[in-house]
Amino acid sequence: MLFTSWEFLLFLAALFIVYYLIPKRFQWILLLAANVFFYVYAGWRGCIYISVTICSSYLISRRIESVHNRREQYFLAHRAELTKEEKIAYKKLTRRKTRKWLILCLVINFGILAVLKYANFAILMVNPLFAGADTPSIYLNLILPMGISFYTFQTMGYLIDLHRGKYPAERNIFKFALFVSFFPLLVQGPIARFDALNKTLYKPHDFDVKQISFGLQRMLWGYFKKVVIADRILVAVTALAGDPDTYQGVFVLCGMVFYALELYADFTGGIDITIGIAQVLGITVQENFNRPYFSKDIAEYWRRWHISLASWFREYLFYPIAASRPMLELSKKARAKLGNGFGKRLPVYVATIVVWFITGLWHGAAWNFIVWGLLTGLIIIISQEFMPLYARFHGRFPSLRDKFGYRLFQVLRTFFLMSSLRILDCYRDVAMSFRMFFSIFTKWNWGQLGSGALLKLGITAADYVIVGMGAAVLIAFSLVQRRGSVRERLCQKPYWLRYGLIITLLLVVLVFGAYGIGYDSSQFIYNQF
Amino acid sequence: MEALVRILTDLHPDVDFMTTDKLVDSKILDSFDIVTIIAEVDNEYDVAIPAEEIIPENFNSAKSLYALIKRLMEEDD
Repeated sequence: MLFTSWEFLLFLAALFIVYYLIPKRFQWILLLAANVFFYVYAGWRGCIYISVTICSSYLISRRIESVHNRREQYFLAHRAELTKEEKIAYKKLTRRKTRKWLILCLVINFGILAVLKYANFAILMVNPLFAGADTPSIYLNLILPMGISFYTFQTMGYLIDLHRGKYPAERNIFKFALFVSFFPLLVQGPIARFDALNKTLYKPHDFDVKQISFGLQRMLWGYFKKVVIADRILVAVTALAGDPDTYQGVFVLCGMVFYALELYADFTGGIDITIGIAQVLGITVQENFNRPYFSKDIAEYWRRWHISLASWFREYLFYPIAASRPMLELSKKARAKLGNGFGKRLPVYVATIVVWFITGLWHGAAWNFIVWGLLTGLIIIISQEFMPLYARFHGRFPSLRDKFGYRLFQVLRTFFLMSSLRILDCYRDVAMSFRMFFSIFTKWNWGQLGSGALLKLGITAADYVIVGMGAAVLIAFSLVQRRGSVRERLCQKPYWLRYGLIITLLLVVLVFGAYGIGYDSSQFIYNQF
Repeated sequence: MEALVRILTDLHPDVDFMTTDKLVDSKILDSFDIVTIIAEVDNEYDVAIPAEEIIPENFNSAKSLYALIKRLMEEDD
């Protein structure tokens, strides 16, 4: 059931009505039932895998909690006779026990994800080593359950936090199942944190007109981005990337910009719909974007784009690797051999490469994604090494940072750098992606832009006008958003203006949405990850 | 404490670490800085800061970071 389908809207309408009609204490149970319906509708076989994740994580979370509880009871019972050293030793002992349970859970769940998502890729890589040229390659017919990357990461984050003693475990398996399977998050995240989501997920919710209205407005805004902009420009992106022999040089540059717009409108639009649905239900879901295309460098961009994934990797992978004992030892050795400056940065760089390799792999089982991840990590490291140079430059020209023109240059530089890396998303393999990128500099065909070539990509001049105006609205919206919530500001305006704008947006979605033959509103890009 | 402030000042010479108490919340320290500090602390105090202790409350000021180091040193003894 796709977010953009009529059956989904009907499902939502029924859910919203029943949600506020039934006694409030049953609301979370209704949500769980809605999750089951949503998931079964997507394919019953996927239910097996999410059920394994729910059951294994629940049982292990209870084991971890019981170890924590026994430790506390032991401390309480022996408070008087235990020395500080004994307490620390006992803490370390219990920690080792909970770590074993955690590792078991990680192996089960990441194991499922690895087999379903990466088995065929691994076979493809290994096959040539064992088979002859004429041997047919093996292909496993595995289904990839909806949202498996998202719910696996969300649940494993919960288990790691539990092991760290950040909060107590959820004791009700049905409430836990609701956290793992909350349907708006299954399509493309955000990857929620338990301690943030549980504040509102299980609570009874009153019929709050303002929250419901804000939620619906947010959904409408998301649909505008998705069906008016993303699904329309998608046709041109597909045509440009699908015929690399014809579309080189300046067309690759156009494709980069079009894809940047498509990806932004698609992904942030989907997240707007997700957060809007949750808000109508009275549930707060964390933001996943903070105007990323206004970032002045790549590190900042990754603090503002797909925030929930970036923070997951930072907290559960980057820090544990970079702060591990082997990395600290490596740092000491590197200082002795390579000097103090680079030596102390080496653990950061090693962790960066590992994290970005895995981030690439998370996006898909293909070399394109792995190379994309590694290149992103490499660029972050290079820019880090250039920091002293930037500092000297800014020290010499201190007023430059405040100049609009310089800030614009930084924003555009980051935008084009990120867009260049995203070429790897678009073409069928790594070599082709590089060939197309370099054609921007080697094939000087700017003149062809004037020959109407862009009008042969499956969309018309009117479509370009709609996309262009849509992009202008997005930029204007982002600029207004810098001064606070747009919906709060709109709320202060007279009724006629407020409802006039909302009805206009609704009409724009209905009239200018990309529907019908030639348009593929079937999936969100991040749904496949 | 002096050694810690020196480590921090090496990273951000323009920040007054004796008074600032929102180093993470105000985004003065990023994840790269934090890991660099962890490596420096290990070098200076011979104490490893585990990943679960990398939370804003522990890194928001030189004082809170020093309190963490002292606690971890006591646990190590």
